[in-house]
Amino acid sequence: MAQPTVNTWEEFMEGVWRQNPVFVMVLGMCPTLAVTVSAMNALSMGVATTFVLICSCALVSLTRRFTPKEVRIAVYIVIIATFVTAVDYAIQAISLALYDALGAFIQLIVVNCIILGRAEAHAAKNPPLPAMINAAGMGLGFTIGLLALGTVREIFGAGSLFGFTLFGEGFQPWVVMVLPPGGFFVLGSWLLLFAALERRKQRKLAEVQGAPKNV
Amino acid sequence: MTIEIRSAPHIKSTTSVEQIMRHVVWSLLPVCAFYVYQYGLSALASMVVVTASCLATERLFVKTGTQSGDIRDFSAVITGLLLALSLPPGFPLWMGVVAGFVAIAMGKALFGGIGFNVFNPALVGRAFAQAAFPQAIASYTPSFLPGRFYEMIPSSMAFPLMQPADVSEWLKLKHLDALAGATPLAKWKFEGVLASAEELVTSLSGHMAVGPSPALILVCGIYLAFRRHLDWRIPAAILGCAGLTAWLLFAFSPERYPNPFFMLFSGGLILGAIYMATDMATSPVTPKGMWVYGALIGLLTVVIRYYSGLPEGVMYAILLGNAATPLIEKITQPTPFGKSALARLGQAKRGASYALHPGYISREDAGAVTPKKRFLRNKPKPNERPGEREP
Repeated sequence: MAQPTVNTWEEFMEGVWRQNPVFVMVLGMCPTLAVTVSAMNALSMGVATTFVLICSCALVSLTRRFTPKEVRIAVYIVIIATFVTAVDYAIQAISLALYDALGAFIQLIVVNCIILGRAEAHAAKNPPLPAMINAAGMGLGFTIGLLALGTVREIFGAGSLFGFTLFGEGFQPWVVMVLPPGGFFVLGSWLLLFAALERRKQRKLAEVQGAPKNV
Repeated sequence: MTIEIRSAPHIKSTTSVEQIMRHVVWSLLPVCAFYVYQYGLSALASMVVVTASCLATERLFVKTGTQSGDIRDFSAVITGLLLALSLPPGFPLWMGVVAGFVAIAMGKALFGGIGFNVFNPALVGRAFAQAAFPQAIASYTPSFLPGRFYEMIPSSMAFPLMQPADVSEWLKLKHLDALAGATPLAKWKFEGVLASAEELVTSLSGHMAVGPSPALILVCGIYLAFRRHLDWRIPAAILGCAGLTAWLLFAFSPERYPNPFFMLFSGGLILGAIYMATDMATSPVTPKGMWVYGALIGLLTVVIRYYSGLPEGVMYAILLGNAATPLIEKITQPTPFGKSALARLGQAKRGASYALHPGYISREDAGAVTPKKRFLRNKPKPNERPGEREP
């Protein structure tokens, strides 16, 4: 009983950390750069994408035995589009302000390459439960990535976090942070940080492994 | 033995990077001194803080090993001084720190340090400041204010991350028009008022928001050009092209465009042409390329100043020129000795780019079969150490 639990946990963590869609695979850059002006936008975009990801991976996995190989991409797109439409209407019903802020990027979840990639690479080859767990990990990883950008951009661009003012009245907003270049700067800085951490880990690993040989 | 890796060109010369940079700093000192004389304590504080920020950032990146070079080579000092000269004197000091950090971190360290940077670091810092704090960077105060050596401009002392104080109230106390702070370029662009020539050249007439004095910068630039620390072709091409374009437009419709003299001596054109565009790492090395590069910058400056929403265009013009530099170098390669342009036209064949002689045929053209080389046949496997192999 112990063995599957470990596997499931690893499956889940793969998307969150080791193959994080934003920081490691650098996928889905269009919403990552466009909607992360504030932390709230980033969180809702992440949640919406995660929902579509889990649901469509489950359905793709369920129908994997009778999906003809030749038309599988079309089938995936139809499945994904169904859930995107549902999310689109749901957001419109819950908060019109959020719907206006996210704009066309809700509909554009259809063409998010993370979802299509998961459907093709994982869900189409695995039973529903592992596919959903993997999708949930990826969705969480994507949400974390968006939040990492969104919080930094909101703190500097508006002096607030999730709409709560942080620095009081006279805060000087950094206009560049809410403009497209700000998205690139912040994403680049995060990538730089993670690359540096990864490199340090590799070096330490090499030191640990290399030590007995030299002795 | 240690092997030092340095960027090209590997020409042996008695002048070192440090020497050149030190000369540039010396030549900048009179300009800075005059700037402090113009604007007083705030300008001095701005210069010290921005330069310190650049040096601290340089120190950080050299120490963590992500950047080549040495903090002692004075290049970060030049970046800091030029950045401070290109910012308004009352620019909030904390924003100056941010601009200095971005200049070195994003303009230099990311590319690998001195000699590897694609864009002029000072202009990268200024471009970031312009994008992040557009209001603060446009609010100039008049020069030669009474009491400028005893008190700071209030906007300088803004608390970190907070908005600077409104300068117009402070100016009113000094019985000055709130609009006196507009730069000559902004005045012309938004109000149609043209500043007079000698005011612009010397920056000596009081109560005008002008940058560092163009006449002084020209003198320092001529000194540097004589010492061969900058190539005279680049400023000549920039000023020549900008002046010519402005003169043509002025001749075409004098009521719509200002005279070419105003074009040349207002804003940061002289400072940019002499100190920023001539950065050795970011400008072409070919003589023909320098002319092309300068002409491009001059033309772009005039176009941005006349036809865009911004009053000043030197910064973006130089950054675009920097971006075009590798391309310009590629198309302006000098012809190697013994190979005329005519011969190059006739013999542009594959594999024969260096036709030494009309009768020369390359190996490939002659159809010769090159035997496969077998250097790597006995290559040790990656996991195996040479000493541990079985005999």
